[in-house]
Amino acid sequence: MLTADITPTLASYIARTVLKQPNRVVADTEPIISSGLIDSFSLVDLALFVEDKFGVRIEDSELNAQTFDTVAQLAALIQQRLA
Amino acid sequence: MLTAAHALQRHYRNSPDRPALHLQFSRQPDTTVTYADLIRGAAGCARALESAGIEPGEVVVLILQHGEPLVFAFFGAILRGAIPSIMPFLTEKLSPEKYRQDLAALIAATRPAAIITYPEFESEARAAMRPDSSVRAILLSPTIAPDPEPTLDSLPGLRRSPDDIVLLQHSSGTTGLQKGVALSHRAVFNQLNCYAKAIRLTADDTIVSWLPLYHDMGLIAGFIMPILGGAPLALMSPFDWVRAPYRLMQAVSQYKGTLSWLPNFAFNFCAQKIRDRDLREAGVDLSSWRAVINCSEPMHFNSHEMFRQRFAPFGLRADALATCYAMAENVFAVTQGGIESPVTVDHVDGRSLLTERVARPVPGGADSLKMLSCGRPLSNTRVRILDDSRHDLPDRHLGEIALQSDCMLIGYYRRDDATAEAFHEGWYLTGDLGYVADGEVYVTGRKKELIIVGGKNVYPQDLERLAENVAGVHAGRVVAFGVFNDETGTEDVVMVAESDTDDEGERERIAEEIRQRVTRGSDVALRRVKVVGAKWMLKTSSGKPARLANREKYLAETVTHDEG
Repeated sequence: MLTADITPTLASYIARTVLKQPNRVVADTEPIISSGLIDSFSLVDLALFVEDKFGVRIEDSELNAQTFDTVAQLAALIQQRLA
Repeated sequence: MLTAAHALQRHYRNSPDRPALHLQFSRQPDTTVTYADLIRGAAGCARALESAGIEPGEVVVLILQHGEPLVFAFFGAILRGAIPSIMPFLTEKLSPEKYRQDLAALIAATRPAAIITYPEFESEARAAMRPDSSVRAILLSPTIAPDPEPTLDSLPGLRRSPDDIVLLQHSSGTTGLQKGVALSHRAVFNQLNCYAKAIRLTADDTIVSWLPLYHDMGLIAGFIMPILGGAPLALMSPFDWVRAPYRLMQAVSQYKGTLSWLPNFAFNFCAQKIRDRDLREAGVDLSSWRAVINCSEPMHFNSHEMFRQRFAPFGLRADALATCYAMAENVFAVTQGGIESPVTVDHVDGRSLLTERVARPVPGGADSLKMLSCGRPLSNTRVRILDDSRHDLPDRHLGEIALQSDCMLIGYYRRDDATAEAFHEGWYLTGDLGYVADGEVYVTGRKKELIIVGGKNVYPQDLERLAENVAGVHAGRVVAFGVFNDETGTEDVVMVAESDTDDEGERERIAEEIRQRVTRGSDVALRRVKVVGAKWMLKTSSGKPARLANREKYLAETVTHDEG
């Protein structure tokens, strides 16, 4: 799977489920954690979603802006673990 | 009469090798801190404060995260006879400029003599200090060595009077930080003694907590009570818990935890976001948990049911759920329910509660409102329900909860004005609305327009001030309020802003910018921002937006919209 296939799924999940603004465009390179777009209560949801959708586990110690702060970075992390 | 330092000394003499607390970290083994370790660490910090010229009775602000340095600094300040005050740590989404402003507000309000923090944070702390700052020393935690052979008797903490201030507690946000609750040693021990009886605390108990120490529930129930009371504590960071809520269950299982305190939303959060796998693989057994106490935000029957059903297969006892009504101004607990017998559920008529302000019991029908009792007042605390002219109301009538006890705050620190405002003829006016039935207290809402999200107090004026800076939004034409969300078990923060533009795209831009500014400036995530046209906002007679009236208007429009 290419990161280009992963990013739209992540962006759409964030807009619909986390932000509850389905029309909101979440750009691949937009900061999502350091900007507070995803609040800390939703980080665990994001990890559970990634696990269900891609079969990849994101550890709780990785749920921070140092590990990934954009949809593109998260997609790269997922792809790396799928490989 | 004891002081906090005397209580520490007693544990140090009687049981130096007993664990005072187990600190848990993500991806690291737990650190067990015995009373001897605690005293050595704290005494080292007390010496460092002495060397820095910090005198007993002066305020020391602690800007430290979960870990040994915070524990040692807190009790070190107490052994020095100084007054610790824990400042929430900067989170990654909060803007450093805003954090600096908050810190400057705290410094201006409490006039601390010292700050204890990490080397990485020193420049940030200095940036918040004005040229004439009260702060004479910034102590860096790695440079504070434990005192291997502490001679406690020589420490000034042991010569404090029970009526001296032992600590300051602040709510978060700009407004909260300017109102520090000052508590005496006497008040803290009066609370601990009465509360220990109410929850039947013994040395066989083990407390498990992830609560932040800058909040009364975390500081008192999840830190000071177990450590001074001699019941072991397993403590994890709120940052770790929110990313891995299963850690709470694993810790209860690992340490055979008996007691925990959680805000209402955490019951929903744990029930919804923990996978079986994380419980089964660790062999989680929750049967030791004798009380899981819901406290610090309005509590909901559904949240308890959700939690009970989710964790019953893992040994959670059906009678483990308990409730408590608490506030920093009473040190912590005002009432306790669910210990002697299961939490009382009062089935009342919702319409009467709203229109007549009376909680009329109705047989457990489907449309009845299920009110969870907060239990009975502690033996040292008296509760009254007052009407708007501050006369007592009969049972089941809704009014403002007022209280009196021997564990009240001394006052808001250096804020005689706020202290005077909070009391009426010796009774503390809580600003909470509720009723009493059969001696048990029920909290239904708030008189003051405070929002509580996930147990954290949020002052709407702080959010409104941030939103007013957005281009296209007019000062005084924006309101923030809370709307209860049944799924999350806490309030969603909603903001409504008036703008002159009718352009949808422009309105979306305004909404987006409000979200960003508020998040970066307050650490509060907004669930919904609604931009409305001119003259939408209802105003009070003094011309300020009426938050509660505008909340009603918003709700009415939202319901119509959703149904349409």
